[in-house]
Amino acid sequence: MPDDWIFIGIFLLLAPVFPAAAILIPRLIAPRKPNALKSETYECGIETHGETWVQFKAQYYIFALVFLIFDIEIVFLYPWAVAFDNLPMFAVLEGVLFILILVAGLLYTWRKGVLEWV
Amino acid sequence: MSDPVNSIADWLRMILSSWGLSEGMITLILAVLGVVVLATFVLIVDILLVWIERKMVARFQDRIGPNRVGPFGIIQPIADVIKLLIKEDIMPMGADKFIFNLSPIIALATVLLLWAVVPFAPTVIGADINVAVLYVVAIGSIGTLGIIMAGWASNNKYALLGAFRTVAQMIAYEVPMIIALLIPVLLARSMGMQTIVAAQSPWYIFVIPLAAVILFISSIAELGRTPFDISEAESEIVAGFHIEYTGMKFGLFYAGELLHALTVSALIATLFLGGWRGPFVDQVPILGPVYLFIKAFLVYYLIMWVRYSFPRVRIDQMLGFNWKFLTPLALFLLIVVAILDKAMTDVNTVWYVLVMLGANLLIVWGTMLILRRYARTERVRIAEERPVAVPPETEMKELVGQE
Repeated sequence: MPDDWIFIGIFLLLAPVFPAAAILIPRLIAPRKPNALKSETYECGIETHGETWVQFKAQYYIFALVFLIFDIEIVFLYPWAVAFDNLPMFAVLEGVLFILILVAGLLYTWRKGVLEWV
Repeated sequence: MSDPVNSIADWLRMILSSWGLSEGMITLILAVLGVVVLATFVLIVDILLVWIERKMVARFQDRIGPNRVGPFGIIQPIADVIKLLIKEDIMPMGADKFIFNLSPIIALATVLLLWAVVPFAPTVIGADINVAVLYVVAIGSIGTLGIIMAGWASNNKYALLGAFRTVAQMIAYEVPMIIALLIPVLLARSMGMQTIVAAQSPWYIFVIPLAAVILFISSIAELGRTPFDISEAESEIVAGFHIEYTGMKFGLFYAGELLHALTVSALIATLFLGGWRGPFVDQVPILGPVYLFIKAFLVYYLIMWVRYSFPRVRIDQMLGFNWKFLTPLALFLLIVVAILDKAMTDVNTVWYVLVMLGANLLIVWGTMLILRRYARTERVRIAEERPVAVPPETEMKELVGQE
Protein backbone atom coordinates (compact mmCIF):
# COMPACT_ATOMS: atom_id res chain seq x y z
CA MET A 1 0.00 0.00 0.00
CA PRO A 2 2.77 2.57 0.62
CA ASP A 3 3.90 1.67 -2.92
CA ASP A 4 0.58 2.99 -4.18
CA TRP A 5 1.07 6.32 -2.48
CA ILE A 6 4.60 6.58 -3.85
CA PHE A 7 3.07 6.09 -7.29
CA ILE A 8 0.63 8.90 -6.64
CA GLY A 9 3.36 11.11 -5.25
CA ILE A 10 5.49 10.63 -8.33
CA PHE A 11 2.45 11.14 -10.53
CA LEU A 12 1.81 14.44 -8.72
CA LEU A 13 5.34 15.53 -9.57
CA LEU A 14 5.38 14.27 -13.15
CA ALA A 15 1.82 15.06 -14.29
CA PRO A 16 2.49 18.81 -14.71
CA VAL A 17 5.58 17.98 -16.80
CA PHE A 18 3.56 16.84 -19.82
CA PRO A 19 1.45 20.00 -20.23
CA ALA A 20 4.49 22.11 -19.29
CA ALA A 21 6.41 20.48 -22.14
CA ALA A 22 3.49 21.27 -24.42
CA ILE A 23 3.79 24.92 -23.43
CA LEU A 24 7.60 25.08 -23.63
CA ILE A 25 7.85 23.59 -27.12
CA PRO A 26 6.01 26.53 -28.73
CA ARG A 27 8.44 28.80 -26.90
CA LEU A 28 11.15 27.25 -29.08
CA ILE A 29 9.46 26.99 -32.44
CA ALA A 30 6.61 29.48 -32.50
CA PRO A 31 7.06 33.06 -33.69
CA ARG A 32 6.98 35.77 -31.08
CA LYS A 33 6.24 39.25 -32.37
CA PRO A 34 4.24 41.06 -29.73
CA ASN A 35 2.87 44.44 -30.65
CA ALA A 36 0.52 46.79 -28.88
CA LEU A 37 -2.50 45.93 -30.97
CA LYS A 38 -2.17 42.17 -30.55
CA SER A 39 -1.78 42.33 -26.80
CA GLU A 40 -4.94 44.32 -26.26
CA THR A 41 -7.63 42.78 -24.15
CA TYR A 42 -10.29 41.14 -26.27
CA GLU A 43 -13.74 42.64 -26.19
CA CYS A 44 -15.21 41.86 -29.60
CA GLY A 45 -13.31 44.69 -31.24
CA ILE A 46 -14.18 47.63 -29.01
CA GLU A 47 -11.91 49.20 -26.43
CA THR A 48 -12.26 48.24 -22.82
CA HIS A 49 -13.17 50.81 -20.22
CA GLY A 50 -12.61 50.74 -16.53
CA GLU A 51 -11.16 48.18 -14.19
CA THR A 52 -10.96 44.62 -15.35
CA TRP A 53 -11.49 43.04 -11.99
CA VAL A 54 -15.19 43.75 -11.75
CA GLN A 55 -17.12 43.61 -8.53
CA PHE A 56 -17.92 40.21 -7.23
CA LYS A 57 -21.61 39.39 -7.07
CA ALA A 58 -22.58 38.36 -3.55
CA GLN A 59 -24.76 35.51 -4.78
CA TYR A 60 -21.60 33.53 -5.71
CA TYR A 61 -20.51 33.64 -2.10
CA ILE A 62 -23.87 32.39 -0.91
CA PHE A 63 -23.80 29.44 -3.30
CA ALA A 64 -20.28 28.63 -2.15
CA LEU A 65 -21.48 28.61 1.47
CA VAL A 66 -24.33 26.22 0.71
CA PHE A 67 -21.94 24.03 -1.26
CA LEU A 68 -19.50 24.03 1.65
CA ILE A 69 -22.12 22.80 4.08
CA PHE A 70 -23.21 19.92 1.89
CA ASP A 71 -19.67 19.01 0.90
CA ILE A 72 -18.60 18.67 4.52
CA GLU A 73 -21.75 16.69 5.27
CA ILE A 74 -21.06 14.17 2.53
CA VAL A 75 -17.40 13.89 3.49
CA PHE A 76 -18.56 12.97 6.99
CA LEU A 77 -20.82 10.34 5.49
CA TYR A 78 -18.03 8.53 3.64
CA PRO A 79 -16.65 6.76 6.74
CA TRP A 80 -20.22 5.95 7.76
CA ALA A 81 -20.72 4.25 4.38
CA VAL A 82 -17.43 2.35 4.48
CA ALA A 83 -18.11 1.01 7.99
CA PHE A 84 -21.64 -0.02 7.08
CA ASP A 85 -21.16 -3.70 7.90
CA ASN A 86 -20.30 -2.98 11.51
CA LEU A 87 -23.21 -0.64 12.08
CA PRO A 88 -26.46 -1.81 13.63
CA MET A 89 -29.69 -0.46 12.16
CA PHE A 90 -29.75 2.16 14.91
CA ALA A 91 -26.50 3.69 13.62
CA VAL A 92 -27.86 3.69 10.08
CA LEU A 93 -30.93 5.57 11.26
CA GLU A 94 -28.68 8.02 13.07
CA GLY A 95 -26.85 8.72 9.84
CA VAL A 96 -30.20 9.17 8.12
CA LEU A 97 -31.19 11.64 10.85
CA PHE A 98 -27.98 13.58 10.19
CA ILE A 99 -28.87 13.77 6.51
CA LEU A 100 -32.43 14.83 7.33
CA ILE A 101 -31.23 17.68 9.55
CA LEU A 102 -29.22 19.02 6.63
CA VAL A 103 -32.11 18.48 4.24
CA ALA A 104 -34.14 20.64 6.62
CA GLY A 105 -31.42 23.26 6.30
CA LEU A 106 -31.66 23.06 2.51
CA LEU A 107 -35.44 23.51 2.66
CA TYR A 108 -34.94 26.53 4.90
CA THR A 109 -32.55 28.16 2.46
CA TRP A 110 -34.94 27.33 -0.38
CA ARG A 111 -37.89 28.98 1.34
CA LYS A 112 -35.81 32.01 2.32
CA GLY A 113 -34.96 32.60 -1.33
CA VAL A 114 -31.26 32.05 -0.88
CA LEU A 115 -31.09 29.70 -3.84
CA GLU A 116 -32.33 32.26 -6.37
CA TRP A 117 -29.92 33.64 -8.93
CA VAL A 118 -30.83 37.28 -8.94
CA MET B 1 -1.27 -16.76 -16.54
CA SER B 2 -0.15 -13.48 -15.09
CA ASP B 3 -0.81 -10.33 -17.01
CA PRO B 4 1.89 -8.71 -19.14
CA VAL B 5 2.18 -5.49 -17.13
CA ASN B 6 3.02 -7.22 -13.89
CA SER B 7 5.29 -9.72 -15.66
CA ILE B 8 7.31 -6.90 -17.15
CA ALA B 9 7.40 -5.16 -13.77
CA ASP B 10 8.70 -8.32 -12.07
CA TRP B 11 11.29 -8.87 -14.77
CA LEU B 12 12.53 -5.29 -14.45
CA ARG B 13 12.61 -5.64 -10.69
CA MET B 14 14.79 -8.73 -11.10
CA ILE B 15 17.18 -6.96 -13.46
CA LEU B 16 17.43 -3.86 -11.29
CA SER B 17 18.07 -5.85 -8.14
CA SER B 18 20.74 -7.86 -9.92
CA TRP B 19 22.47 -4.54 -10.61
CA GLY B 20 22.62 -4.05 -6.85
CA LEU B 21 20.07 -1.27 -6.33
CA SER B 22 18.20 -1.06 -3.05
CA GLU B 23 14.53 -1.95 -2.65
CA GLY B 24 13.43 1.67 -2.29
CA MET B 25 15.30 2.75 -5.39
CA ILE B 26 13.77 -0.07 -7.41
CA THR B 27 10.27 0.90 -6.29
CA LEU B 28 10.97 4.50 -7.21
CA ILE B 29 12.28 3.65 -10.67
CA LEU B 30 9.37 1.33 -11.40
CA ALA B 31 6.91 3.98 -10.20
CA VAL B 32 8.45 6.61 -12.49
CA LEU B 33 8.32 4.16 -15.39
CA GLY B 34 4.71 3.31 -14.60
CA VAL B 35 3.73 6.98 -14.43
CA VAL B 36 5.40 7.78 -17.76
CA VAL B 37 3.79 4.79 -19.50
CA LEU B 38 0.34 5.55 -18.09
CA ALA B 39 0.48 9.28 -18.88
CA THR B 40 1.74 8.65 -22.42
CA PHE B 41 -0.97 6.07 -23.04
CA VAL B 42 -3.64 8.43 -21.75
CA LEU B 43 -2.39 11.31 -23.90
CA ILE B 44 -2.37 9.11 -27.01
CA VAL B 45 -5.97 8.09 -26.25
CA ASP B 46 -6.69 11.82 -25.89
CA ILE B 47 -5.47 12.45 -29.45
CA LEU B 48 -7.70 9.65 -30.70
CA LEU B 49 -10.55 11.17 -28.73
CA VAL B 50 -10.32 14.46 -30.63
CA TRP B 51 -10.81 12.51 -33.86
CA ILE B 52 -13.72 10.53 -32.45
CA GLU B 53 -15.37 13.68 -31.15
CA ARG B 54 -15.12 15.50 -34.44
CA LYS B 55 -16.37 12.58 -36.49
CA MET B 56 -19.27 11.96 -34.10
CA VAL B 57 -20.33 15.61 -33.95
CA ALA B 58 -20.25 15.65 -37.73
CA ARG B 59 -22.43 12.57 -37.99
CA PHE B 60 -24.90 13.96 -35.48
CA GLN B 61 -25.09 17.12 -37.57
CA ASP B 62 -25.58 15.16 -40.80
CA ARG B 63 -22.18 15.86 -42.28
CA ILE B 64 -18.96 13.87 -42.62
CA GLY B 65 -16.27 15.55 -40.55
CA PRO B 66 -12.56 15.57 -41.30
CA ASN B 67 -11.78 13.11 -44.08
CA ARG B 68 -8.93 14.69 -46.02
CA VAL B 69 -5.90 14.45 -43.83
CA GLY B 70 -5.50 10.69 -43.72
CA PRO B 71 -7.68 7.64 -44.15
CA PHE B 72 -10.98 8.81 -42.63
CA GLY B 73 -9.22 11.92 -41.34
CA ILE B 74 -7.42 9.98 -38.63
CA ILE B 75 -4.29 12.15 -38.87
CA GLN B 76 -6.37 15.34 -38.41
CA PRO B 77 -5.73 15.62 -34.63
CA ILE B 78 -2.01 15.27 -35.16
CA ALA B 79 -2.15 18.04 -37.74
CA ASP B 80 -4.10 20.10 -35.21
CA VAL B 81 -1.47 19.53 -32.54
CA ILE B 82 1.31 20.60 -34.89
CA LYS B 83 -0.68 23.68 -35.88
CA LEU B 84 -1.29 24.64 -32.26
CA LEU B 85 2.37 24.17 -31.40
CA ILE B 86 3.57 26.59 -34.04
CA LYS B 87 0.98 29.28 -33.31
CA GLU B 88 2.11 32.47 -31.68
CA ASP B 89 1.61 32.65 -27.96
CA ILE B 90 -0.02 36.03 -27.29
CA MET B 91 -0.25 37.18 -23.72
CA PRO B 92 -2.67 40.03 -23.08
CA MET B 93 -1.41 43.28 -21.59
CA GLY B 94 -1.61 43.30 -17.85
CA ALA B 95 -2.15 39.59 -17.49
CA ASP B 96 -0.72 37.84 -14.47
CA LYS B 97 2.07 35.94 -16.27
CA PHE B 98 2.75 33.14 -13.83
CA ILE B 99 -0.86 32.19 -13.20
CA PHE B 100 -1.74 32.69 -16.86
CA ASN B 101 0.79 30.02 -17.74
CA LEU B 102 0.05 27.80 -14.79
CA SER B 103 -3.68 27.35 -15.26
CA PRO B 104 -3.69 25.16 -18.41
CA ILE B 105 -1.02 23.03 -16.75
CA ILE B 106 -3.24 22.53 -13.73
CA ALA B 107 -6.29 21.89 -15.90
CA LEU B 108 -4.61 19.04 -17.77
CA ALA B 109 -2.47 17.68 -14.93
CA THR B 110 -5.48 17.09 -12.68
CA VAL B 111 -7.17 15.07 -15.40
CA LEU B 112 -4.03 12.97 -15.90
CA LEU B 113 -3.86 12.37 -12.17
CA LEU B 114 -7.31 10.82 -12.16
CA TRP B 115 -6.08 7.92 -14.26
CA ALA B 116 -3.90 6.69 -11.41
CA VAL B 117 -6.87 5.04 -9.76
CA VAL B 118 -8.69 3.60 -12.77
CA PRO B 119 -8.51 -0.21 -12.61
CA PHE B 120 -7.61 -1.69 -15.97
CA ALA B 121 -7.53 -5.37 -15.04
CA PRO B 122 -7.77 -7.44 -11.85
CA THR B 123 -4.09 -6.83 -11.15
CA VAL B 124 -3.32 -3.75 -13.23
CA ILE B 125 -4.04 -0.45 -11.58
CA GLY B 126 -1.85 2.59 -11.11
CA ALA B 127 -2.37 2.86 -7.37
CA ASP B 128 -4.90 0.71 -5.55
CA ILE B 129 -5.43 3.12 -2.68
CA ASN B 130 -8.31 2.42 -0.36
CA VAL B 131 -9.65 5.98 -0.61
CA ALA B 132 -9.77 6.13 -4.39
CA VAL B 133 -13.26 7.66 -4.65
CA LEU B 134 -12.33 10.48 -2.28
CA TYR B 135 -9.12 11.00 -4.26
CA VAL B 136 -11.18 11.36 -7.44
CA VAL B 137 -13.43 13.98 -5.85
CA ALA B 138 -10.46 15.90 -4.45
CA ILE B 139 -8.41 15.96 -7.64
CA GLY B 140 -11.47 16.85 -9.69
CA SER B 141 -11.97 19.90 -7.53
CA ILE B 142 -8.47 21.15 -8.24
CA GLY B 143 -9.44 21.31 -11.91
CA THR B 144 -12.07 23.87 -10.97
CA LEU B 145 -9.29 25.92 -9.42
CA GLY B 146 -7.49 25.93 -12.77
CA ILE B 147 -10.51 27.53 -14.38
CA ILE B 148 -10.82 30.41 -11.94
CA MET B 149 -7.07 30.98 -12.30
CA ALA B 150 -7.49 31.21 -16.06
CA GLY B 151 -10.32 33.69 -15.80
CA TRP B 152 -8.62 35.85 -13.20
CA ALA B 153 -5.21 36.02 -14.82
CA SER B 154 -6.52 36.95 -18.25
CA ASN B 155 -7.10 40.63 -17.44
CA ASN B 156 -10.42 40.41 -19.28
CA LYS B 157 -13.80 41.26 -17.77
CA TYR B 158 -15.61 38.61 -19.74
CA ALA B 159 -13.11 35.91 -18.95
CA LEU B 160 -13.57 36.72 -15.29
CA LEU B 161 -17.36 36.66 -15.49
CA GLY B 162 -17.20 33.40 -17.41
CA ALA B 163 -14.87 31.94 -14.81
CA PHE B 164 -17.18 33.00 -11.96
CA ARG B 165 -20.21 31.39 -13.55
CA THR B 166 -18.28 28.26 -14.42
CA VAL B 167 -17.02 27.85 -10.89
CA ALA B 168 -20.49 28.48 -9.47
CA GLN B 169 -21.82 25.74 -11.75
CA MET B 170 -19.01 23.32 -10.96
CA ILE B 171 -19.17 23.60 -7.21
CA ALA B 172 -22.95 23.39 -7.33
CA TYR B 173 -22.90 20.11 -9.26
CA GLU B 174 -20.24 18.60 -7.04
CA VAL B 175 -22.81 17.98 -4.33
CA PRO B 176 -25.05 15.52 -6.21
CA MET B 177 -21.92 14.05 -7.76
CA ILE B 178 -20.33 13.14 -4.46
CA ILE B 179 -23.63 11.82 -3.15
CA ALA B 180 -24.00 9.66 -6.26
CA LEU B 181 -20.42 8.48 -5.74
CA LEU B 182 -21.24 7.66 -2.15
CA ILE B 183 -23.95 5.15 -3.08
CA PRO B 184 -21.73 2.52 -4.78
CA VAL B 185 -19.22 3.05 -1.96
CA LEU B 186 -22.02 2.21 0.46
CA LEU B 187 -22.97 -0.94 -1.41
CA ALA B 188 -19.38 -2.13 -1.80
CA ARG B 189 -18.36 -1.09 1.73
CA SER B 190 -15.12 0.39 0.45
CA MET B 191 -13.78 3.39 -1.39
CA GLY B 192 -11.10 1.41 -3.21
CA MET B 193 -11.71 0.93 -6.92
CA GLN B 194 -10.67 -2.70 -7.18
CA THR B 195 -12.91 -3.60 -4.23
CA ILE B 196 -15.88 -1.84 -5.80
CA VAL B 197 -15.33 -3.62 -9.12
CA ALA B 198 -14.93 -6.97 -7.39
CA ALA B 199 -18.14 -6.44 -5.38
CA GLN B 200 -20.33 -5.88 -8.42
CA SER B 201 -21.93 -9.29 -8.67
CA PRO B 202 -24.72 -7.83 -10.67
CA TRP B 203 -23.39 -4.58 -12.12
CA TYR B 204 -24.49 -1.68 -9.98
CA ILE B 205 -26.38 -0.13 -12.84
CA PHE B 206 -28.97 -2.88 -12.42
CA VAL B 207 -29.15 -2.33 -8.66
CA ILE B 208 -29.08 1.47 -8.33
CA PRO B 209 -29.73 2.91 -11.80
CA LEU B 210 -30.93 6.23 -10.41
CA ALA B 211 -27.55 6.85 -8.79
CA ALA B 212 -25.92 6.21 -12.17
CA VAL B 213 -28.25 8.73 -13.82
CA ILE B 214 -27.57 11.34 -11.13
CA LEU B 215 -23.82 10.77 -11.46
CA PHE B 216 -24.09 11.01 -15.25
CA ILE B 217 -25.96 14.33 -15.16
CA SER B 218 -23.72 15.82 -12.48
CA SER B 219 -20.60 14.73 -14.33
CA ILE B 220 -21.73 16.37 -17.53
CA ALA B 221 -22.22 19.58 -15.57
CA GLU B 222 -18.86 19.15 -13.85
CA LEU B 223 -17.16 18.74 -17.19
CA GLY B 224 -18.68 21.95 -18.44
CA ARG B 225 -20.18 20.29 -21.48
CA THR B 226 -23.47 21.10 -23.15
CA PRO B 227 -26.18 21.39 -22.06
CA PHE B 228 -24.23 22.89 -19.17
CA ASP B 229 -21.51 24.64 -21.10
CA ILE B 230 -22.15 28.13 -19.82
CA SER B 231 -18.38 28.33 -19.38
CA GLU B 232 -17.71 28.08 -23.07
CA ALA B 233 -21.00 29.42 -24.34
CA GLU B 234 -19.57 29.86 -27.79
CA SER B 235 -22.24 32.25 -28.86
CA GLU B 236 -22.68 34.14 -25.62
CA ILE B 237 -19.49 35.29 -23.99
CA VAL B 238 -17.28 34.30 -26.90
CA ALA B 239 -15.13 31.70 -25.23
CA GLY B 240 -15.62 32.27 -21.55
CA PHE B 241 -12.66 31.86 -19.29
CA HIS B 242 -10.24 30.90 -22.08
CA ILE B 243 -10.81 33.91 -24.36
CA GLU B 244 -7.25 35.17 -24.08
CA TYR B 245 -5.53 31.84 -24.56
CA THR B 246 -3.86 31.09 -27.89
CA GLY B 247 -1.99 28.20 -29.39
CA MET B 248 -1.10 25.18 -27.34
CA LYS B 249 -2.41 26.61 -24.06
CA PHE B 250 -5.88 26.68 -25.56
CA GLY B 251 -5.20 23.24 -26.98
CA LEU B 252 -4.46 22.00 -23.47
CA PHE B 253 -7.80 23.30 -22.21
CA TYR B 254 -9.65 21.73 -25.12
CA ALA B 255 -7.85 18.40 -24.98
CA GLY B 256 -8.14 18.45 -21.20
CA GLU B 257 -11.89 18.81 -21.43
CA LEU B 258 -12.22 15.86 -23.81
CA LEU B 259 -9.89 13.75 -21.71
CA HIS B 260 -11.84 14.66 -18.59
CA ALA B 261 -14.98 13.44 -20.34
CA LEU B 262 -13.34 10.09 -21.08
CA THR B 263 -11.97 9.88 -17.54
CA VAL B 264 -15.40 10.45 -16.09
CA SER B 265 -16.80 7.85 -18.49
CA ALA B 266 -14.17 5.37 -17.33
CA LEU B 267 -15.08 6.10 -13.71
CA ILE B 268 -18.79 5.63 -14.34
CA ALA B 269 -17.96 2.41 -16.17
CA THR B 270 -15.88 1.26 -13.19
CA LEU B 271 -18.40 2.16 -10.53
CA PHE B 272 -21.61 1.16 -12.24
CA LEU B 273 -20.90 -0.97 -15.28
CA GLY B 274 -18.50 -3.40 -13.67
CA GLY B 275 -15.20 -1.94 -14.91
CA TRP B 276 -13.00 -4.68 -16.24
CA ARG B 277 -15.50 -7.43 -15.52
CA GLY B 278 -16.65 -9.53 -18.40
CA PRO B 279 -16.53 -13.09 -19.70
CA PHE B 280 -13.15 -14.86 -19.45
CA VAL B 281 -11.37 -11.94 -17.85
CA ASP B 282 -9.90 -14.10 -15.10
CA GLN B 283 -8.20 -16.46 -17.51
CA VAL B 284 -7.15 -13.83 -20.03
CA PRO B 285 -6.33 -10.67 -18.05
CA ILE B 286 -5.58 -8.69 -21.21
CA LEU B 287 -9.33 -8.60 -21.86
CA GLY B 288 -9.77 -6.38 -18.78
CA PRO B 289 -8.76 -3.07 -20.36
CA VAL B 290 -10.66 -4.05 -23.52
CA TYR B 291 -13.92 -4.40 -21.59
CA LEU B 292 -13.21 -1.25 -19.61
CA PHE B 293 -12.64 0.82 -22.71
CA ILE B 294 -15.70 -0.60 -24.46
CA LYS B 295 -17.83 0.43 -21.49
CA ALA B 296 -16.07 3.78 -21.13
CA PHE B 297 -16.63 4.60 -24.78
CA LEU B 298 -20.26 3.60 -24.45
CA VAL B 299 -20.72 6.15 -21.67
CA TYR B 300 -18.66 8.68 -23.64
CA TYR B 301 -20.96 8.14 -26.61
CA LEU B 302 -23.91 8.91 -24.33
CA ILE B 303 -22.20 12.10 -23.17
CA MET B 304 -21.64 13.13 -26.79
CA TRP B 305 -25.21 12.25 -27.70
CA VAL B 306 -26.54 14.46 -24.92
CA ARG B 307 -24.19 17.22 -26.01
CA TYR B 308 -25.39 17.33 -29.58
CA SER B 309 -29.07 16.98 -28.77
CA PHE B 310 -29.90 19.59 -26.17
CA PRO B 311 -29.78 23.38 -26.18
CA ARG B 312 -27.80 25.26 -23.58
CA VAL B 313 -29.30 25.65 -20.12
CA ARG B 314 -29.37 29.13 -18.60
CA ILE B 315 -27.28 29.65 -15.49
CA ASP B 316 -30.19 30.27 -13.15
CA GLN B 317 -32.09 27.30 -14.55
CA MET B 318 -28.96 25.20 -14.15
CA LEU B 319 -28.36 26.17 -10.53
CA GLY B 320 -32.05 25.86 -9.69
CA PHE B 321 -32.07 22.38 -11.23
CA ASN B 322 -29.16 21.41 -9.04
CA TRP B 323 -30.13 22.80 -5.67
CA LYS B 324 -33.88 22.26 -5.92
CA PHE B 325 -34.02 18.95 -7.74
CA LEU B 326 -30.81 16.93 -7.98
CA THR B 327 -29.51 17.46 -4.46
CA PRO B 328 -32.74 16.60 -2.65
CA LEU B 329 -33.27 13.65 -5.00
CA ALA B 330 -29.75 12.35 -4.42
CA LEU B 331 -30.06 12.72 -0.65
CA PHE B 332 -33.42 10.97 -0.68
CA LEU B 333 -31.98 8.15 -2.76
CA LEU B 334 -29.06 7.84 -0.34
CA ILE B 335 -31.42 7.53 2.61
CA VAL B 336 -33.56 4.91 0.88
CA VAL B 337 -30.56 2.85 -0.28
CA ALA B 338 -28.94 2.96 3.17
CA ILE B 339 -32.06 1.84 5.00
CA LEU B 340 -32.92 -0.86 2.46
CA ASP B 341 -29.38 -2.19 2.42
CA LYS B 342 -29.29 -2.53 6.17
CA ALA B 343 -32.76 -4.07 6.28
CA MET B 344 -31.82 -6.66 3.66
CA THR B 345 -28.51 -7.80 5.15
CA ASP B 346 -29.31 -11.51 5.05
CA VAL B 347 -31.45 -11.63 1.95
CA ASN B 348 -30.18 -13.54 -1.04
CA THR B 349 -28.84 -11.62 -4.01
CA VAL B 350 -31.74 -11.96 -6.43
CA TRP B 351 -34.33 -10.59 -4.00
CA TYR B 352 -31.89 -7.87 -2.94
CA VAL B 353 -31.38 -6.70 -6.51
CA LEU B 354 -35.09 -6.79 -7.27
CA VAL B 355 -36.04 -4.81 -4.18
CA MET B 356 -33.32 -2.18 -4.79
CA LEU B 357 -34.25 -1.88 -8.44
CA GLY B 358 -37.90 -1.63 -7.49
CA ALA B 359 -37.16 1.11 -4.97
CA ASN B 360 -35.15 3.05 -7.56
CA LEU B 361 -37.90 2.81 -10.15
CA LEU B 362 -40.47 3.80 -7.55
CA ILE B 363 -38.47 6.92 -6.71
CA VAL B 364 -38.17 7.74 -10.42
CA TRP B 365 -41.91 7.32 -10.89
CA GLY B 366 -42.69 9.49 -7.85
CA THR B 367 -40.25 12.13 -9.06
CA MET B 368 -41.87 12.21 -12.49
CA LEU B 369 -45.31 12.64 -10.85
CA ILE B 370 -44.08 15.58 -8.80
CA LEU B 371 -42.33 17.09 -11.82
CA ARG B 372 -45.40 16.74 -14.00
CA ARG B 373 -47.59 18.45 -11.43
CA TYR B 374 -45.01 21.23 -11.02
CA ALA B 375 -44.73 21.64 -14.79
CA ARG B 376 -48.51 21.87 -15.08
CA THR B 377 -48.75 24.62 -12.46
CA GLU B 378 -45.85 26.46 -14.10
CA ARG B 379 -47.50 26.28 -17.49
CA VAL B 380 -50.77 27.59 -16.07
CA ARG B 381 -48.94 30.39 -14.29
CA ILE B 382 -47.00 31.42 -17.38
CA ALA B 383 -50.08 31.28 -19.57
CA GLU B 384 -51.85 33.74 -17.30
CA GLU B 385 -49.09 36.28 -17.39
CA ARG B 386 -48.56 36.40 -21.12
CA PRO B 387 -48.80 40.00 -22.31
CA VAL B 388 -51.54 40.78 -24.79
CA ALA B 389 -50.92 43.14 -27.69
CA VAL B 390 -54.43 44.65 -27.62
CA PRO B 391 -56.15 46.44 -24.72
CA PRO B 392 -58.13 44.09 -22.51
CA GLU B 393 -61.49 45.63 -23.39
CA THR B 394 -61.21 44.49 -26.99
CA GLU B 395 -63.79 41.90 -27.80
CA MET B 396 -62.92 38.73 -29.59
CA LYS B 397 -65.17 39.67 -32.51
CA GLU B 398 -63.19 42.82 -33.16
CA LEU B 399 -59.99 40.86 -33.28
CA VAL B 400 -61.40 38.43 -35.79
CA GLY B 401 -62.70 41.30 -37.89
CA GLN B 402 -66.41 40.75 -37.80
CA GLU B 403 -67.14 44.19 -36.41
